[in-house]
Amino acid sequence: MGMTMTQKILAAHAGLSEVKAGQLIDAKLDLVLGNDITSPVAIKEFDKHGFQGVFDEHKIAMVMDHFAPNKDIKAAQQCKTCRSFARRFTIEHYYDVGEMGIEHALLPEKGLVAAGECIIGADSHTCTYGALGAFSTGVGSSDMAAGMASGSCWFKVPSAIRFELHNQLSAGVSGKDVILHIIGKIGVDGALYQSMEFGGEGLASLSMDDRLTIANMAIEAGAKNGIFEVDDITIAYMKDRVNRPYQIYTPDMNAYDTVIDIDLSAIRPTVAFPHLPENTKTIDEINEKIMIDQVVIGSCTNGRISDMQIAADILKEKKVAKDVRVIIIPATQSIYKECIKRGYIDTFIDAGCIVSTPTCGPCLGGYMGILAENERCVATTNRNFVGRMGHTTSEIYLASPAVAAYSALAGYIDGPKGEM
Amino acid sequence: MKAHGSAHKYGDNVDTDVIIPARYLNTSDEKELASHCMCDIDEDFTKKVKQGDIMVAEQNFGCGSSREHAPIAIKASGIDCVIAKSFARIFYRNAINIGLAILECEEAAERIDNQDEIEIDFDQGIIYNHTKNESYQAQPFPDFIKKIIAQGGLLKSIAKGDQ
Ligand code: SF4
Repeated sequence: MGMTMTQKILAAHAGLSEVKAGQLIDAKLDLVLGNDITSPVAIKEFDKHGFQGVFDEHKIAMVMDHFAPNKDIKAAQQCKTCRSFARRFTIEHYYDVGEMGIEHALLPEKGLVAAGECIIGADSHTCTYGALGAFSTGVGSSDMAAGMASGSCWFKVPSAIRFELHNQLSAGVSGKDVILHIIGKIGVDGALYQSMEFGGEGLASLSMDDRLTIANMAIEAGAKNGIFEVDDITIAYMKDRVNRPYQIYTPDMNAYDTVIDIDLSAIRPTVAFPHLPENTKTIDEINEKIMIDQVVIGSCTNGRISDMQIAADILKEKKVAKDVRVIIIPATQSIYKECIKRGYIDTFIDAGCIVSTPTCGPCLGGYMGILAENERCVATTNRNFVGRMGHTTSEIYLASPAVAAYSALAGYIDGPKGEM
Repeated sequence: MKAHGSAHKYGDNVDTDVIIPARYLNTSDEKELASHCMCDIDEDFTKKVKQGDIMVAEQNFGCGSSREHAPIAIKASGIDCVIAKSFARIFYRNAINIGLAILECEEAAERIDNQDEIEIDFDQGIIYNHTKNESYQAQPFPDFIKKIIAQGGLLKSIAKGDQ
């Protein structure tokens, strides 16, 4: 039996010629990531155990994104803890207000992640970087502390589900619909402890932004990681960003437990109803008017330039519904700037939206758009758990930027129905 | 190593946002985290829980965010062990890394009711239900993980240079 992409990367980083599913290994890390919520816990552990240095100050990334710009005094203290740790060990990739963006949008953009690398992050959506053909997974703060000290991490080698992509997406459908469709199909624990590996001839029609969105939500199916085969699109994306050698791994097709065929052309705009990402309905299956109070377009799932473009195209010269608060959050400074350059910010503000500087903010119910009792929100984020964006009786409907923008105009859940 | 206490029973997909809501993540203080543990699905949990109690749930316990605050809050609230049919993988790692015992056992998760009196023998992997006069066999930990727990958690084992 051969190896999956994930297994090949893990074997290479563990110094082994072969690994098998279930095997426990110790792998060398190319990058260790933390944010303003998880790093303080890791730093506390790091100091408590008396470590005197980090394994490599160029291979640690710390991003102040969740509650930054600081939402309150406690959040300010947490950022301060990270900032002084970063100074103490001259951490090269420390990103604070002014340079920061949402971590999973920022790291690929800055070329800090590349094909074939082995990456851990104390944030569950670290699985996003699989879009570039890396092995990348979310861990906890102790793992982050251990990773910063030792440069390695223990893993149980996962088995994998292969998603064989066919054909092309229809107009009005994007990566978010693909991953919501898949989670609706396999469930929130459908890939528990496994890798989700994506390939097939349909891959060529998926942009890098689509792939980043899909890999981002692999964790929402319980997966350890999501990973895409590397093709010309990936190589073009890494060019000018990644200035170090990288490695492309291709899977052995006999290594997969399960192969699931996905016909991209059959996927419709899809919405995940409260309170689990697996509660999906296509836009055509929603027959009632589900009135909404808020729309959030942003997050590490859908805060990239193509997401902003989709929203701007729909909102251009229109007005959002009277009773809907629309919050748009470009995920990084460079995306924010590009939105200004392309005139999207004017479009958004003229339509009656607000635009925030990069932050996670409302995605995890931090600030910048918390929901009151019984309020409903359509969000391009990745989780709709009870209380995730505010009051425990509030409801989150997960959707693509297109569905979010159409809903903002309508005042109820709406989407690009006609665009087949 | 043993545990003995009352069961607090929950269902499928208990996520880390309900174990410790993000609005309380502006601290890493254990006691403060524990004071909000489970508040969004079980308001009275912090009042009911006693030192040494056991938490029991069904599939995919601890899914969602990677926050280590979740097992920390559970442990600091007094819970000695979580039993579930299955765990989300990051929660599983985090629990081991901070030294919160967790056991996968389908039968126990199905049979145990809220407030049953439970005793656990970790060496044998046996869960006794004194209320129902039954016992269940859990999955024992692999040796590698036993070693991390025996050394007092992941960081201690690395600080000692055993990794
Ligand atoms: S945008 Fe949301 S999901 Fe993404 S890193 Fe921030 S809080 Fe987590």
